[in-house]
Amino acid sequence: MTAKKLGLKQRYAHMTRGLDWETSYQPMDKVFPYDTFEGIKIKDWSAWEDPFRLTMDAYWKFQAEKERKLYAVIDAFAQNNGQTGVTDGRYANVLKLFLTGISPEEYQAHRGFAYAGRHLRGVGPRVAAQMQSLDELRHIQTQIHTISHYNKYFDGLAEFPHMHDRVWYLSVPKSFFDDARSAGPFEFMIAIGFAFEYVLTNLLFVPFMSGAAYNGDMSTVTFGFSAQSDESRHMTLGIEVIKFLLEQHPDNLPIVQKWVDKWFWRGHRVLGLVAMMMDYMLPKPVMSWKEAWEIYFTEAGGALFQDLARYGLRPPKYADIATAEAEHISHQNWAIFYQYTHAAAFHTWLPDAKHMDWLSEKYPNTFDKYYRPRFEMWGQMAKEGKRFYNMALPQLCQTCQIPMGYTEPGDPTTICFRKTQFRGETYHFCSDGCKDIFEAEPEKFAQAWLPVHQIFQGNCGGATIPDVLNYYRMNVGADNMDYVGSPDEKLWNEWQADKIRTAV
Amino acid sequence: MSVVALTPDYEKHIEFRDLESNFHGNRVVYLHWEQHLSFCSAIAFPLPPSMPFGAFVEAIVKPHYNAHPDFEKIDWAQVVWMIDDEKRTPEMEKSLDENGVKHKSLVRFWTPGLSGYKGSAS
Ligand SMILES: [Fe+2]
Ligand SMILES: [Fe+2]
Ligand SMILES: [Zn+2]
Repeated sequence: MTAKKLGLKQRYAHMTRGLDWETSYQPMDKVFPYDTFEGIKIKDWSAWEDPFRLTMDAYWKFQAEKERKLYAVIDAFAQNNGQTGVTDGRYANVLKLFLTGISPEEYQAHRGFAYAGRHLRGVGPRVAAQMQSLDELRHIQTQIHTISHYNKYFDGLAEFPHMHDRVWYLSVPKSFFDDARSAGPFEFMIAIGFAFEYVLTNLLFVPFMSGAAYNGDMSTVTFGFSAQSDESRHMTLGIEVIKFLLEQHPDNLPIVQKWVDKWFWRGHRVLGLVAMMMDYMLPKPVMSWKEAWEIYFTEAGGALFQDLARYGLRPPKYADIATAEAEHISHQNWAIFYQYTHAAAFHTWLPDAKHMDWLSEKYPNTFDKYYRPRFEMWGQMAKEGKRFYNMALPQLCQTCQIPMGYTEPGDPTTICFRKTQFRGETYHFCSDGCKDIFEAEPEKFAQAWLPVHQIFQGNCGGATIPDVLNYYRMNVGADNMDYVGSPDEKLWNEWQADKIRTAV
Repeated sequence: MSVVALTPDYEKHIEFRDLESNFHGNRVVYLHWEQHLSFCSAIAFPLPPSMPFGAFVEAIVKPHYNAHPDFEKIDWAQVVWMIDDEKRTPEMEKSLDENGVKHKSLVRFWTPGLSGYKGSAS
């Protein structure tokens, strides 16, 4: 007798929920020790609605297919020397920022979802989190493979995992994920699954992928496409998680609200790096950060929180401040990197006249008044042979670890200084958002590994800047400093000269 | 304890990373020149608490801000100082500590009449 083939629905049920069982040798509380301490109450795990109906074998087949297409494009890109066809050599710096600052977070996401996929008691979310965990591992792998081609030609890419763990500004995304990964599984799901993958994801991936498309980088566009169907699954998981928690018990609302507030603000701070990339680093810009914020947060996020209002959830605290900051954050961040170019693993430059006009047009309220004079002054100084550097280390925010360069809400001429006391020690913050986060969990954030303080304590290779750069494995004179005069620029100019020669 | 932790003895394991005792006899002092945001943020230094305030001005403040075109125009007698939240007139021969500069104190100063490149606070 031949076995009857199962229908799709039955198959799905057997291959996901059917794999679960009630333990008998050990109590369930011992098998799942991490899913109660956060205070989240789940009455009925079976009420979880699987956000996507995918079994592991089908998942495997889809992903393999996408992989084949991606690697075909990467091969073609390499064979055709695609790196010579991007808009400008400066574009490579976008990839440096991505590979050092974002790809390692794909790996962190992989680890975090593996943890949630082990420790949530319900089989539905567990299976979904496990699949996302695999996706994230695939993301870092495809990103490394895609960008490795650029590593053959451009500086600043070779030491990305080492740099990620050590370099001062990379502690911003690193500590963001360390914070999420050292939380309980429910907070992780709200932090990364909901706040990051649902609310803020379009502000991360759309800018990088459309930036790549506008600037002729077809290989990066393709890994973006290859991750797109994964990302839409991640979004449906993120929204299902928050709805499930809010539906399960009214006591969950204040806990979830606190996490939404925290992770929105933390995400907003990390995305400041993307803001700077969009407004200053793309040779051919796509849209301004302010426009992206309006579309993807103010409008899309607004609709989302209207929908979630029926559960009693309100929009994240300080969303209004974040929106007001969209006028400033990219300019302030680029100014930070310009003056610390000697300690950055990508190149910097001043926007040229045409680019400044674009910024004036995109930021009519702020650019000409506050930021154009800064860049013009630096341009003047560079012309006189006195290129502007900041030769001291910056004060960092205890929570987000960014140099405290953001200004008072409503006053772009004054730095926003906030501080608090905990057990007789003073802690400093860039904003009320970061201060609130600290005050909710001071025991955790008092332990922050702040790069500047670590240097002073002698834990980063030595007391001088060359010692520290060596500890970072920064190839001084190649990885850091201005684009103009860099080996990257020299190589790019040679390619352009070759093109002209062959055309003649 | 306000952090929600898995282990009830979480507090016993806190590693306070930035205690003054970790800085080999120095304390961390933050410094900021107001209205001159070309310097993107306050800057940080590990300094001996016994350092005279006058030496701090000469050896730390001046060399780190002299790249700015406004620097030469500063009338140091007119400078307004703020240590943490208090405006005060530091006693130059007295130490940082005696002037109230503690571990992780913030020293801000204003230079009257100077408000950055073309008055833009840059
Ligand atoms: Fe991902
Ligand atoms: Fe994702
Ligand atoms: Zn902060």
